[in-house]
Amino acid sequence: MALSSCSLSHSFFICSQQKELTSKKRDEFEDILEERRLSSDLRYAMKCYTPVIYKGLSPCKPNAIKSAVLQSEQVQYVIKQLAKEMGESPDIIQEEAMEILDEMGHSMQLGAVRFFAFTLSKIFKQLFQRVCVNEEGMQRLQHAIQEHPVVLLPSHRSYVDFLMLSYLLYTYDLALPVIAAGIDFLGMKIVGELLRRAGAFFMRRSFGGNRLYWAVFSEYVKTMLRSGYAPIEFFLEGTRSRTAKTLTPKFGLLSIVMEPFLKREVFDTYLVPISISYERILEESLYAYELLGVPKPKESTSGLLKARRILSDNFGTIHIYVGQPVSLRTLASGRINRCPYNLVPRHLPQKPSEDIQEFVSDVAYKMELLQIENMVLSPWVLVAAILLQNLPAMDFELLIEKTLWLKGLTQTFGGFIEWPDNLCARKAVLSGLTLHANIARLVDGHVVLNDKGLEDGAVGEIVFKRALAILMCATYRNQLLNVFVRPSLVAVALQMTRSFRKEEVYSCFSFLRDVFSDEFIFFPGISLKDFEEGCFLLTKCDAIQTSQQEIYPTDKGSVIVSFLSAMFKPFVEGYQLIFRYLSKETKEAFTEKQLIPGVRNFVFQLLEKGNTQCYEALSSDMQKNALAALVQLGAVKKKKIVETLLWDPATKFLNSLAGCFCLPLPFGFQSFSQGFDKQREQSCLFLIEGLLCVLE
Amino acid sequence: FYKASCLSSFRMQELLKWNGWGYNDSKFIFNKKGQAEFTGKRYRLGGMVLPTFKEWIEKTFGASLEHKTTSRASLNVNDVPPSIVNEEFLQDLRATKISYSQDAEDRVFRAHGHCLHEIFVLREGMFKRIPDIVVWPVCHEDVVKIVELACKHNLCIIPFGGGTSVSSALECPEEEKRTIVSLDTSQMNRILWIDEKNLTACVEAGIVGQDLEKQLAESGFCTGHEPDSMEFSSLGGWVATRASGMKKNIYGNIEDLVIHIKMVTPRGIVEKNCQVPRMSTGPDIHHFIMGSEGTLGVVTEVTIKIRPVPEYQKYGSVVFPNFERGVACLREVAKQRCAPASIRLVDNAQFQFGHALKPQVASIFTSFLDGLKKFYITKFKGFDPNILCVATLLFEGDREKVLQHEKQVYDIATKFGGLAAGEDNGQRGYMLTFVIAYIRDLGLDYYVIGESFETSVPWDRVLDLCRNVKERIVRECKEKGVQFAPLSTCRVTQTYDAGACVYFYFAFNYRGISDPIHVYEQIERAAREEILANGGSLSHHHGVGKLRKRWMKESISDVGLGMLRSVKEYVDPNNIFGNKNLL
Repeated sequence: MALSSCSLSHSFFICSQQKELTSKKRDEFEDILEERRLSSDLRYAMKCYTPVIYKGLSPCKPNAIKSAVLQSEQVQYVIKQLAKEMGESPDIIQEEAMEILDEMGHSMQLGAVRFFAFTLSKIFKQLFQRVCVNEEGMQRLQHAIQEHPVVLLPSHRSYVDFLMLSYLLYTYDLALPVIAAGIDFLGMKIVGELLRRAGAFFMRRSFGGNRLYWAVFSEYVKTMLRSGYAPIEFFLEGTRSRTAKTLTPKFGLLSIVMEPFLKREVFDTYLVPISISYERILEESLYAYELLGVPKPKESTSGLLKARRILSDNFGTIHIYVGQPVSLRTLASGRINRCPYNLVPRHLPQKPSEDIQEFVSDVAYKMELLQIENMVLSPWVLVAAILLQNLPAMDFELLIEKTLWLKGLTQTFGGFIEWPDNLCARKAVLSGLTLHANIARLVDGHVVLNDKGLEDGAVGEIVFKRALAILMCATYRNQLLNVFVRPSLVAVALQMTRSFRKEEVYSCFSFLRDVFSDEFIFFPGISLKDFEEGCFLLTKCDAIQTSQQEIYPTDKGSVIVSFLSAMFKPFVEGYQLIFRYLSKETKEAFTEKQLIPGVRNFVFQLLEKGNTQCYEALSSDMQKNALAALVQLGAVKKKKIVETLLWDPATKFLNSLAGCFCLPLPFGFQSFSQGFDKQREQSCLFLIEGLLCVLE
Repeated sequence: FYKASCLSSFRMQELLKWNGWGYNDSKFIFNKKGQAEFTGKRYRLGGMVLPTFKEWIEKTFGASLEHKTTSRASLNVNDVPPSIVNEEFLQDLRATKISYSQDAEDRVFRAHGHCLHEIFVLREGMFKRIPDIVVWPVCHEDVVKIVELACKHNLCIIPFGGGTSVSSALECPEEEKRTIVSLDTSQMNRILWIDEKNLTACVEAGIVGQDLEKQLAESGFCTGHEPDSMEFSSLGGWVATRASGMKKNIYGNIEDLVIHIKMVTPRGIVEKNCQVPRMSTGPDIHHFIMGSEGTLGVVTEVTIKIRPVPEYQKYGSVVFPNFERGVACLREVAKQRCAPASIRLVDNAQFQFGHALKPQVASIFTSFLDGLKKFYITKFKGFDPNILCVATLLFEGDREKVLQHEKQVYDIATKFGGLAAGEDNGQRGYMLTFVIAYIRDLGLDYYVIGESFETSVPWDRVLDLCRNVKERIVRECKEKGVQFAPLSTCRVTQTYDAGACVYFYFAFNYRGISDPIHVYEQIERAAREEILANGGSLSHHHGVGKLRKRWMKESISDVGLGMLRSVKEYVDPNNIFGNKNLL
């Protein structure tokens, strides 16, 4: 068995470090809107703005950067290469590069910044009750900016994120960041250009194959970073998370900003994780529609204007936690031993070595985990989690009691709840219900989901309305999941294996962790450590007792264990439905465009017939994650045929194990140990049985 | 035969410091007025008062004249590990008539090089292991006899030349159980012949640099090989470490200068059949010998290229607005292949260091001129005195060609914003390299420890490497609890077609640290890691010794290391040359 007691005790050591981590003191928050409500926005927008800047910076204009990029060895090299290959004149390609730069480049102007400072003050005051910031984080950031080039890595839940962050930096007199934004923003007429002037630069969504674009883009980012021109801001998640769960990181931009350090062009680079938590997400209903397949409206100025009506709505409080700047040099020390860039001129485009790729990936996950750690959870998040386990209606008093209970559990697990000491549970729940009246409401002492828009509509209509409400509600529960995922998967594994043997529970845990690797954020390759952490947290709340070999749920712990596994039940069940669809309904290769509606219809029909209650399986996010997991486990293969990606299910496996979750099991096991022996095969079967039992 | 000179006495320690660098009579002191002064008459700086030096030391290191450490005054013979030599070997040795000594002072003197930790041990402690016996062969045949005896009695030989190693190469391995014989080559110091037709000279390997040049000069020749240690280092040592000389741009490094090497190994004598400029006979066996650091045998005779002594020499200097421009200029000079005999670029900190060593000026006129120059550069040209940097130049050759060459170089410098800054500054820059080692001894008296180290690096990485290594040193000092900001400075000392040699000085005030040498070594190690990570080499010319062994595998790959090991195994299967360097 892959598990040795030695490695267990080793990882327990890491676990006890974890304990300190979760009980550490966090910074205090300050409301920045408070002052805005008291003094003139105009004066604020026109204030003397003299930010601290990087110590080595020689100030330059946005256009100077563009021409430096164009003249750089890196870009010139690619231009010459392409000219040679295509038999074109370098001038033509240079022209093309210039166009790319013009499309991409920001042109930060103080005027635009002041315009935003003024209008955003007005808008934010309308929308939000408070915008709370940890001032210590801002001070740390201020030091960091002077010392080394800084990369800001905020979480991404809303378009408000980057506006708010720039607004914040302006308020604190810090250097405004340049922000990597999607090219779609340029589709918005005036807004696109305005954003450009406020420091946004634009990247195309996919440019993997375009060498010129890649060269120009990466050099543009690196030039700004090397010179310390401005903090560089981008979203590791790549796009707004529609589910409020942290998305698995994208590595492209991160590897670009890490390169100057890895090539030692700068002494160090600071990565600053920033957690932006919304009590109520501006786009919540849009997201729910989108997840159900009603397409997202294209970014357009008129769309934005139409969205004006939300201005009359209340979106509660925003918490922004600026994390401790992380030194890339410190992260790399002892990691990158050989000097991968020493034997090739640094300006040549070079595919990063496997070591480096792995390092980039680890850094990305680490930064996302740091974001998660400092996310602020509102009481409403707890309410949502409880409510989803008690549909269709729940007694209000019971809800309050449960909320208080869950608050304690969340804090034990290291969750960061914003719950003032003097706030009673009733008030907390009530204020949550008021703010989220569109999702749930209080009717006759019971809390019910707000899903009854059309009482007498067709069955399909009812299912859709209900799905909308559940997905919206899930968005809030989801904020808890990353805090809960490790102990919960242990709980699920305990129920599935129906065994107390640590090894078996761990096998199952590890399998679940692999299956859900795109759903939740796990640091790569530390399954055992995650398991130990999960066990540790469960022990801490007296849910289980562990010995060297075994894990027992305590009498008192069964409540916790079943709550935790119920919390993740929608995922287990949803994945099962998706796998079942794949094994039964598809015979040939399919594209993602075919799969999503296929699964959606399949689940929809089951819901209509009442054969399942798993509304979350309708979410395109879950469907995509499940597909990605299957690809990783080797049950589905990715093929590329003339510009379209096809997925080819390994029908043999799908058929032989039709209809159950166990389908990719053997592959799951391979990921934590080599060979596949009899013993493991048995434990596999055991797992499958257990799983089916839990689900039926 | 030519006669050998001063440094070749059996007991050279009588002329040299036993616990520091260089001559006994030459050192920095603070005179009664509290001003720094350099004693002795050997150097241009000798007897001069350096009015701003004290202030510089105080400002740079936070050191104060009140906090002084003192080295023990002389060697305590009782501390010295006993000499253990078996009687049979002594009998055989006596039969050869080769001089030897088991005297404690003789043995301690040959137990070390000039790394900081070695000097520190001399001042405050004692080496755990030192040679048991010192032998002084006077010719190649003597060496052959000694090596034969060592093989017969299974002894360990550590060849010793000038003792200027800065890589722990001369330290005796503590765990060596056999008798350690220090083979001092200083008595093999004759020029055997000079061949004016081919411009070569055959020289015994123990001759030290200054003697070699002095004696060749009597016949109107020179080798032009001038490492900074040339007053004390030996020809054999140069070969054993792959030395590099200040004027390599004209004369080449040791590998370019050597025509033939004779080396005595436990396997026998290795040499070639002819003395030709080049041959294609497989890998050049000279390259197994050069850089072998005493692990394979003793170099006894070397045929080296000589040149007529140049007619004319001229120093020069150029001020640049900043280091970046200076490096760009040196790169251009290298590109045009018009580097003068020597061209060096010092950073701002080192410029100020050099400035602090300016002697008291004799006349008001000179000081007025200095003031005027300073005014011109800082006020009129707008150079920031805390950013500007200086290149020092040395031209050599026919007078006419030198002047022409000078113009070419100054023209290039102008393109990079450089301003000619006079011969005097240039000359002082070069003087600094000879007295810097004396300054370390002064520092040691006032809680300041320091060292230099070097690397070679491709042109495109010079700036990044310099900046990062200096920064790393500053940071490591802070992290390791050093209470005062360190001196962390560099200079580009050699230019090549494809890159440059960079030299770092690093020193700090260690007051308040209990184990300064350990801290120092940790920081130096971090600096070396930084160099390697920045694409620099493990060493340009100091060699590996035992100090940098840990990085050899990374530097030359497993297979490369295996290649070197297999040579060692063949040549010296019983590890007679057991100084444990390099591999």
